[in-house]
Amino acid sequence: MSTPSSFDEFLDGLWKQNPIFVMVLGMCPTLAVTVSAVNAISMGLATTFVLGTSCLLVSLLRHAIPKQVRIASYIVIIATFVTVVDYAIQAISLDLYQALGAYIKLIVANCILLGRAEAHAAKNPPLPATTNAIGMGLGFTLGLFLIGCVREILGAGKLFGVALFGDHFQPWVVMVLPPGGFFVLGFWLITIAAFRHINKKRNAQLQGAQP
Amino acid sequence: MSIELRTSPHQHSGRDVPVIMRNVVYSLLPICAFSIWQYGLSAAALILVVTLACLAAERINNMIRDNGNSLSDWSAVITGVLLALTLPPSFPLWMGAVAGFAAVWLGKSLFGGLGQNPFNPALIGRAFVQAAFPTAISTWVPAYMPHRFSEFIPSSLTAPFMVPPEIALWVKQQGMDAFTGATPLARWKFENITASSMDFLTGNITASAGETSAILILLCGLYLAYRKFLDWRIPVAVLGSAMLLAWAFHLAQPARYPTPTFVLLSGGLMLGAWFMATDMATSPVTPRGIWLYGALIGILTVVIRYFGGLTEGVMYAILIANATGSLLDQFNQPRILGGKKGKS
Amino acid sequence: MSDTQEINTPSFAMVRTLGLVSVICGIIIVGVYQFTLPAVNANKKLALERQVFKVLPNAKKVVPYFATGSGIAVAEDIDKAPAGAVVFYAVYDVADKLTGIAAEASSSGYADQVRILYAYDVDKQAITGIGVISMRETPGIGDKILTDKAFLQNFEALDVRLSTDLQSLANAVKTVKHGTKANPWQIDAIAGATVTSKAVGRGINESAQNLLPKLVPHLDQLRINEKGEEGRVKGNPPGREGRADGAGWTSPFPLHSSQMALNSSPFSSKGAHA
Repeated sequence: MSTPSSFDEFLDGLWKQNPIFVMVLGMCPTLAVTVSAVNAISMGLATTFVLGTSCLLVSLLRHAIPKQVRIASYIVIIATFVTVVDYAIQAISLDLYQALGAYIKLIVANCILLGRAEAHAAKNPPLPATTNAIGMGLGFTLGLFLIGCVREILGAGKLFGVALFGDHFQPWVVMVLPPGGFFVLGFWLITIAAFRHINKKRNAQLQGAQP
Repeated sequence: MSIELRTSPHQHSGRDVPVIMRNVVYSLLPICAFSIWQYGLSAAALILVVTLACLAAERINNMIRDNGNSLSDWSAVITGVLLALTLPPSFPLWMGAVAGFAAVWLGKSLFGGLGQNPFNPALIGRAFVQAAFPTAISTWVPAYMPHRFSEFIPSSLTAPFMVPPEIALWVKQQGMDAFTGATPLARWKFENITASSMDFLTGNITASAGETSAILILLCGLYLAYRKFLDWRIPVAVLGSAMLLAWAFHLAQPARYPTPTFVLLSGGLMLGAWFMATDMATSPVTPRGIWLYGALIGILTVVIRYFGGLTEGVMYAILIANATGSLLDQFNQPRILGGKKGKS
Repeated sequence: MSDTQEINTPSFAMVRTLGLVSVICGIIIVGVYQFTLPAVNANKKLALERQVFKVLPNAKKVVPYFATGSGIAVAEDIDKAPAGAVVFYAVYDVADKLTGIAAEASSSGYADQVRILYAYDVDKQAITGIGVISMRETPGIGDKILTDKAFLQNFEALDVRLSTDLQSLANAVKTVKHGTKANPWQIDAIAGATVTSKAVGRGINESAQNLLPKLVPHLDQLRINEKGEEGRVKGNPPGREGRADGAGWTSPFPLHSSQMALNSSPFSSKGAHA
């Protein structure tokens, strides 16, 4: 097995194995907190921080943790960094804290985290483990951001709180309600799947033409 | 209508999907005409725009999926016309177009096209705009305004993505001082005033574009049932169960609950029972399943109207019943000829 | 990796590892907690001040109190209310004069709990303003309770006088159908947003029925401050005054105009709570 370069590790999570659009993991925050671009990015960065730090620690301790107690250890480590993020966001902005609600604490139950710790960080040295985790985290952030943008633009006529269409914009109320999360997530899943499909076809044609 | 599903089609009746669909469209034409007579230009434009939006959505879907042309089966036209008939006549045209796209894409294309969809596409479109634009979809205008054939209702022509203008003042200027802006169901729910049956029959009420004349809908539906383009058991079950339940409530507390006639004639119950609950793709096919399905719609409608937050419950009643459709079929399979009674 | 090696892991190694992990994590959590505590508390105070300021524009100082059946006492930590106690905030103006009482009311609306903060005017025995702490009501319909001018007029002087025996309100606060308000203790509902309007009325009624009988007989206790510093020192347990970390909820805190700029936070936009 060849060792992938750091950059490949990074790109892996950002695009090739994007947690939201390819692995469809972490749907709970994806649907719940993406009513605005700011909320989406904050949630994504909080998750990225927890991913990066917990994978670093898991990777550092990977030889010390016996297999039998690894899940317990990972969960304790992840929960620690979630607590850290919880306090940090409270200290930065209480409004943001209230907007994200219980979903900050629920990062601990996000399957991406335990998935990365178990599947990647536990088997790799600290540098690739952290790079991969941050790539995944940023991929998650990208996904949340794309959903948050659409929902904020249609649901409030704004992007990052700035009105785009003047005062008379008609907000699509459904977009800031839970169904809007499902609609927009579905829209992006279809779009990205279609894009990949076309790309694959084109690559196949190119390869077919060459030999 | 469900002949082909239950028995082998040894002999084809000549009625394929486009024929049935086209006949349903024909039977909707008188209702459209009456709606345009009542509400004028705005209703005509709404029906046209919503139908065109549905056709455009269907066509775009064809192009993306590269699966030929499904416009010719007429189903997108039915979806469009039915959807337009459930919207208020003053509904902004751009929102109507949004509803049309939502109906075809969310209600039909996503599930794989005609026949695969579990929910009635027109109602999915309406549910979408109900959730997206709750204010616009509960803004009403009176019927028979004097200048209805020469000018649009101002809110119809709202620029895309913009808030429709307030029309209450404009309605007053049209000489409609007595107009309250509430449907008969809302007036019953919030003010306990029930409209007279005569008003329902002549269509002199505030309602969605195609819900005003119960008698016309009834006649068109009866025509379809006579020609066997729809299953008469569904509307009978829907209207019968709604009437029985409403009657029971009315007997128990006449002051609080309206007469069964009012329940049958008001809102979208007639249109829903004859044209939406009977959608072949979304209704059950087993005999017992059909009766249960229709009864479920009727009961849910009355329950939502009486106890729910909304004034009208037909849309959600039909969508919920749609969701149970395949289950009802599964639990009510007819006994195979020669098979034993009881569990197989 | 061989499985045999793992199967033979001694119990001690497992306990040791878990212990090690817990110690590392414990240190991280406690460190971050200590580090962020001042900022978190400052933020919490600011948020409360902003809410109070909205309903009582003269506010200068806000002191949290507990009201119980036996009397009222300064709340040292509002998160640790004794059983049956009601939290309320005594609000003072520049001259240390009691300008009003603020308290929270909540009731279930259309989508979720509607939590509001209302201002009680001691002299008028009336509610003189409301602000929303949190709600998830339908944008464009239920959230009109924040913006509908006619609805907010209900709370310019909503009568909440106590009955003569001081055990309950003379007239229960009630939300009535739009356009039928006849008495100063009634709330005129917003047409089309009846459920949310009713939630506001029900919440205020419950809260006022519960709080005011406990509070009104002891109002003088709140006015001690007006005479000088004495009352405030008495109200606070010794030793808490000097805490530099800001954890003490007891000391009244001044409002600075610069902090009010936070009112226009991007997160308080309508959609953020939905």
